[in-house]
Amino acid sequence: MPTSIDRQQLRALRDRGAQLVEVLPASEYEEDHLPGAISLPLRHIDREATRLLDRNRAVIVYCWDSA
Amino acid sequence: MSPRAAWRLESLGFRDVYDYTAGKLDWMAAGLPTEGINAAVPRAGDLARKDVPTCSLDERLEEVRERVRARGWDTVVVVNEKRIVLGLLRARELEALGERSIEEAMRPGPSTFRPFVTAEEMARFMVEHRLESSPITTSEGGLLGLLFQKDVVEHMSGNKHGSR
Repeated sequence: MPTSIDRQQLRALRDRGAQLVEVLPASEYEEDHLPGAISLPLRHIDREATRLLDRNRAVIVYCWDSA
Repeated sequence: MSPRAAWRLESLGFRDVYDYTAGKLDWMAAGLPTEGINAAVPRAGDLARKDVPTCSLDERLEEVRERVRARGWDTVVVVNEKRIVLGLLRARELEALGERSIEEAMRPGPSTFRPFVTAEEMARFMVEHRLESSPITTSEGGLLGLLFQKDVVEHMSGNKHGSR
């Protein structure tokens, strides 16, 4: 089950090597994204796309807000 | 959207998945840096004066006035122990005579803005609404700085001249 985290927990996980993934459309990623994040829009998350990610490291996803 | 993405990743075999639910809005509202084509666009948080004086509700108005003026300011933001904005004392409120408390003298609940609002948007809004200054805060209400209309207007004017 995915774990909900806040900003401080995100920073701690990043310090330990977690991967950061923005799941908004690519156009929104291009405008602004968190430092070091990669773009993987929700609609494109499949087996092929997730080859970009290391399965042995934690993954943090985010979008614009909780709405 | 991100909860669905997190579950989708789990369905694809990822075992250690986290969801930063407050998202990019929370990150940018805290005034933290971003990457991307808008990263260089000047924003409210960049132009806000971070050294704005603050005071608490239980201080004496007279003492606050002297302290603020000694630093060359005529505005002070009233905050609590967590730097959450409670009110604003501009020149007129600071000049109040008598034994008024900070709580009685301040303008409670001033309009605040997030640091990621662009300087252009802020200049337009502040001029249209004759807003002399406004606290820039995190989404939790924590004070980041005070943005002056004259600063943001001068900045935009300078940018226009610079681009000719």
